[in-house]
Amino acid sequence: MLAKRIIPCLDVKDSRVVKGTNFVELKNAGDPVELGKKYSDEGADELVFLDITASHENRKTVVEMVRKVAKNVFIPFTVGGGINSLEDIETMLKAGADKVSINTAAVKNPELISAASKRFGSQCIVVAIDAKKVSASKWEVFVRGGREPAKLDAIWWAKKAEKLGAGEILLTSMDADGTKKGYDIELTRKISGAVNIPVIASGGAGNPESMAEVLKKGGADAALAASIFHYGKYSIHEVKDFVRKQGIMVRE
Amino acid sequence: MIAIIDYGSGNVSSVKNSLDFLGVESKITSKPEEIGAADKIIFPGAFGYAMEQLAEKKLEGPIKNAIKNGKPFLGICLGLQLLFGESEENPGVKGLGIFRGKSKKFSSGKTPQIGWNEIKPTKNGILREGFMYFVNSYYVVPEDKGIVAAESVYGNRKFACAVENGNVMAVQFHAEKSGEFGLDFLRRWVDAR
Repeated sequence: MLAKRIIPCLDVKDSRVVKGTNFVELKNAGDPVELGKKYSDEGADELVFLDITASHENRKTVVEMVRKVAKNVFIPFTVGGGINSLEDIETMLKAGADKVSINTAAVKNPELISAASKRFGSQCIVVAIDAKKVSASKWEVFVRGGREPAKLDAIWWAKKAEKLGAGEILLTSMDADGTKKGYDIELTRKISGAVNIPVIASGGAGNPESMAEVLKKGGADAALAASIFHYGKYSIHEVKDFVRKQGIMVRE
Repeated sequence: MIAIIDYGSGNVSSVKNSLDFLGVESKITSKPEEIGAADKIIFPGAFGYAMEQLAEKKLEGPIKNAIKNGKPFLGICLGLQLLFGESEENPGVKGLGIFRGKSKKFSSGKTPQIGWNEIKPTKNGILREGFMYFVNSYYVVPEDKGIVAAESVYGNRKFACAVENGNVMAVQFHAEKSGEFGLDFLRRWVDAR
C-alpha cells in the first residue's frame, strides 16, 4: 500500500537555507546539502526547496545548489520559487531536481503547465496553489507570494491544473499558514476530493496531531511543514511515530 | 564499468549520482560499442518517447545482444516496462519483447502513483521487504508469473514491481531515489555475480 508522505520545506535565499539554521549539531548552518541529508536520515519522504531569493541574478546560484543536493541526497526533491518558463524547468530538472513547483507563472500562463507536462512528464510538474478563504466553503487563489488575488476559485483552478497536466497539487492555506493551529482541513478535503492527482497539504502544521489530521480527515496524500521541523520542536521520526499510531501508513 | 544507457530519459543523471555516491564506476552512454564493452548495464527510464529514441539511437540491437549474452542488466521504471511486448500507454508501439506480457494503466487510486510503496519479494534474491519510491501510472503484467520477483499493492491492485530472469533484473521503483534502502539494493546488484 502506498504510504502517506511527510515533507519538510526549506526556504532558500541566495543558495542558503534561511530557516531552521539553529540546529546546534550542524557544522555549516544553512547548508542545503547538510540539512537535506539530515532530514533524509531522519526519515523525510521528500524535500521541497523554496527559493525566496529576491534578485534575479542571485537566482542562478540555486542551480549549483540543486546540483549539489542531487549528488548527495537520495530521496526525491522539488524546487519551487521563481520558475517562470520551460527553460527554467529544464534547467532545474537537468541540475537534478526531481520535480519543480510552479505557482504564479501557472496562473498567468496556464499553457506552461500543459507544455511542461508534455515535454518533461506530468510526474515532475507540481502546481502550487495559495488559497485564501473568502466566504463559507469558498477559497480564492492568490499569486505573487500571496500579495495579489488571481480572481480564480481554488477548487476550479485545482481541477483545471489537473486537466492541463499537473502531476501533483501543492496546496497552501494562506489563512492557516504561520498560525501553527492546524491545516485547513475543509479546503484540503474539498481539493483532494475534486482531483485525481496527489495533493500535498501545506500551511498550519503546529504539531504531529495536525499532520495526522490533514492526512486522515483532509484526505491529503502528503503533509508539508516547515517551522515545526526547523526549530527542532519535533523530529520527522516523532511525527511519523505519532501518525502511524493513528492508523495511517507511513514509511518506516 | 557499468554502462547507463542514455536515450533522453530524465533519471539518467540521478542513477549516475547514486552510483558515484556508492563509489562505483559508471558511464552514461548511447554508444553501442560502449554498451557492448560494459560489464553491467543499467537501463533507466522515466518519461519520454522511449521506443522512438531507442530506434533513433540504434540501441535496440545492443540492448538485446547484451541481454542474450548474459550480461547483468538492470531495468528501472520505464526500463522495466520497455522489456515487455506492448503497453496500453502507446498502443501499436512494440516494446523490446524480452518478456511476454504488457503494461496496463492503474484503474483505481490516484494516477500517477507517486510516493513510497511497500515491496514484498516473492523469491530469494537481492530484493528485501521495505519501502521504495514509485512514480508510475502503468504496471507490468507478465505472462510468465515465474519471473515476478516482488509485488506491491496500489489501489485495489496487486502488481509486479520487480521481475527477474537469469541475468535480467528489472524494477518499477526508483531505487536511485529510495534513500538508504534503495542504495543498499543497488549495492547488492552491483556486487552480485
